[in-house]
Amino acid sequence: MTAEATLRTRVKASSAETRAGQRPRTVGQKIVAFLGTTVVQVVLVVIALFWLVPSIGLFLSSLRSASDSGTSGWWTVFTAPTQLTLDNYANLLTNPTILGSIGNTILITVPTTLLVVLIGSLAGHALAWVQFPGRDWLFIAIVVLLAVPLQVALIPLAQLFGALGIFGSVLGVIIYHTAFGLPFAIFLMRNFFSQVPAELLEAARLDGASEFRIFRQVVLPLGLPAIASLAIFQFLWTWNDLLIALIFTNSGSQPLTVAIQSQLRQFGANIDVLSAGAFLSMIVPLIVFFAFQRYFVQALLAGSNK
Amino acid sequence: MMSDAALASQVGGRADGPASPASPPTPRTASSGSQWRRVAIAAGFLAPALVFLGAFVVYPIIYTVIRSLFDKSGDGFVGFENYARMFTNDSTFTAIRNNVIWVIVAPAVCTILGLIFAVLADKVKWGTAFKLIVFMPMAISMLAAGVIFRSLFQENPELGAVNAGIVAVQNAFGGEAANFEGARARPDGPLVEDGGSIAGSDTVSPGDIQDFPLIGIRAGDVPEEATQVEAVGDPAGDAIAGSVFLDNIRGGGGTPGEIEDGKFGLPGITVHAVDGSGNVVASATTQADGSYVIEGLSDGDYVVALPATNFVAGGQGVSWLSSSFITSVIILSYVWIWAGFAMIMIASGLSAIDRSLQEAARTDGASEWKVFTKITAPLLAPVLVVVLVTLIINVLKIFDLVYVIPPGASKPAANVIAVEMWTVSFGGGNDQGLGSALAILLLLLVLPAMIINVRRLREEKRS
Repeated sequence: MTAEATLRTRVKASSAETRAGQRPRTVGQKIVAFLGTTVVQVVLVVIALFWLVPSIGLFLSSLRSASDSGTSGWWTVFTAPTQLTLDNYANLLTNPTILGSIGNTILITVPTTLLVVLIGSLAGHALAWVQFPGRDWLFIAIVVLLAVPLQVALIPLAQLFGALGIFGSVLGVIIYHTAFGLPFAIFLMRNFFSQVPAELLEAARLDGASEFRIFRQVVLPLGLPAIASLAIFQFLWTWNDLLIALIFTNSGSQPLTVAIQSQLRQFGANIDVLSAGAFLSMIVPLIVFFAFQRYFVQALLAGSNK
Repeated sequence: MMSDAALASQVGGRADGPASPASPPTPRTASSGSQWRRVAIAAGFLAPALVFLGAFVVYPIIYTVIRSLFDKSGDGFVGFENYARMFTNDSTFTAIRNNVIWVIVAPAVCTILGLIFAVLADKVKWGTAFKLIVFMPMAISMLAAGVIFRSLFQENPELGAVNAGIVAVQNAFGGEAANFEGARARPDGPLVEDGGSIAGSDTVSPGDIQDFPLIGIRAGDVPEEATQVEAVGDPAGDAIAGSVFLDNIRGGGGTPGEIEDGKFGLPGITVHAVDGSGNVVASATTQADGSYVIEGLSDGDYVVALPATNFVAGGQGVSWLSSSFITSVIILSYVWIWAGFAMIMIASGLSAIDRSLQEAARTDGASEWKVFTKITAPLLAPVLVVVLVTLIINVLKIFDLVYVIPPGASKPAANVIAVEMWTVSFGGGNDQGLGSALAILLLLLVLPAMIINVRRLREEKRS
């Protein structure tokens, strides 16, 4: 070892010493910390796999023929990728019942979302910014209604809609979802609208603006993120509903979820239709989720008692 | 994923932030308008909401309460008879009992997992991606989740991923596991059954032959490699030999107990030679034609037995969707969906906690566990309560998953109140009196949660 090399080693050693002196951690602690994060990494990867595999399995199932699905599991595509086919989707998308039900899902979901946002934000504005006697009590009533299980209205509304002649139509489903979406919508809108700076409303009032104008030109634009949250939440909720549509629609007005569940009786034989149908029903919610998930999270965080 | 700071401000807002001020500032100019004018304005804004809530939520609640006191057709007043029937009728009582299990298990599991996930995700760089993955099932319908889980838990290991995994692990550790579930001996034959195992009724000695003609095995359970059974030749002096075979000929015919054409050997079966004191002294495994040879036996009397492990569902895969497991499987699917919700809520609560407290404790030498139990957990308690209450309300109403996942045979065992309510009022029961009573039971069960919500609102007001 040359003198120079010895010197370099010594310098290194001493600098290592000073570093060790500055940090309380010993080499042993560092190893423990490193192993700790590695274990955490591995655990999280395993958990993430557990959460991903079910959806991946459904997706791969939907790309296999009925005969393949009847004799082997979806994981065999990794060794025999020739199984993959788009036939199931082609069949679904040429099936008039399924196409009609996709149309019905949209016919139910879009108007419901618009109605809930419109009516909910109007009421939210009144509860946040209009002083009237009994306002606090009304808000408490809304909070109470938040937790009402929607099952309590199934029987009376089935009769009422029957009497009105809208039982079995998308209109009944829209009304049902709107009514039961409103408590959450009002709660959310009232809380978000309250955050709009009071000075802005004050200024508009001094200018002689009407309350509706204040709502439209001051509160609504500033509350747009909240409205996006509500709209996405309500959209997903309505799109994914099974129970209400199951009772209140008929074969002509049924949404996608009801059309798919009708195939459940022969689960094994219909796995091609079921897996492709289920994945089809997931595509729009997943796109909405990944595109707007921060708004979805916001809606959940702001009023999580639905 | 929205930034943690934004999340924090949201959850912080629940407790004391600007998200839910108790009473928004009153505009000073309000006094200039008369009170009646303001009432009129409020009425204008609130009218559509009040019409919807009054006609389609409040009125139905009242109607359902009254309807629950009437009989099936709605003509005869029966008082509380429907409520009494709920607890005496088998199927409704199962539903109520299952709902209790759900409420105890599902929210707690989701919250605990959510807590663990939130804490762990905080420690890795890809925590945001992890949260997104776990949270994703929240976006999809319970119907789709139901299809997913029903397919994952199919009994046939060739089709159901869970059983495929179990069988793969079993085969890796337990060698090739034969499985002939349901196999039994002919009642009048040369064999006896004892606690699931099948043995020769007489003792044999080395040099003898012990055959096992079995019945009760489904044709589908006979493996493809099985071949025609052949009579074995006389074994050596230190060995016992014989054949294990399916004592049926497809399409009928044949003589019970005889080795003849058309009968198949059962391969892979473990055969034990048991001595007089009940010890297994030697064993062998059957070949493709069902033959076995147990060698190396000293003189003496032995009972040759096929242990019960040959005949229980082992390598077969568990019948997850049967009555015994169905509720666990459905709860698991619920956890798959809702653990992400708990995680997101708790993660935002965590990020709202002042980190300097934890740092200070760490510098004072507190262990991670102590930091968690003494500082993090108590500060997190309000969020945990919100998550639990939300999940309990949600779990009480659970319908879709229980409607979708169980096959017909285990539907009764999986029943919950919401499904029973649907069944008795719409799904064929046509008893809207009982249906109304069940709906009101659900309403009563969420009452405590409503009270907690209103209390929380009032506390926010005071603060």
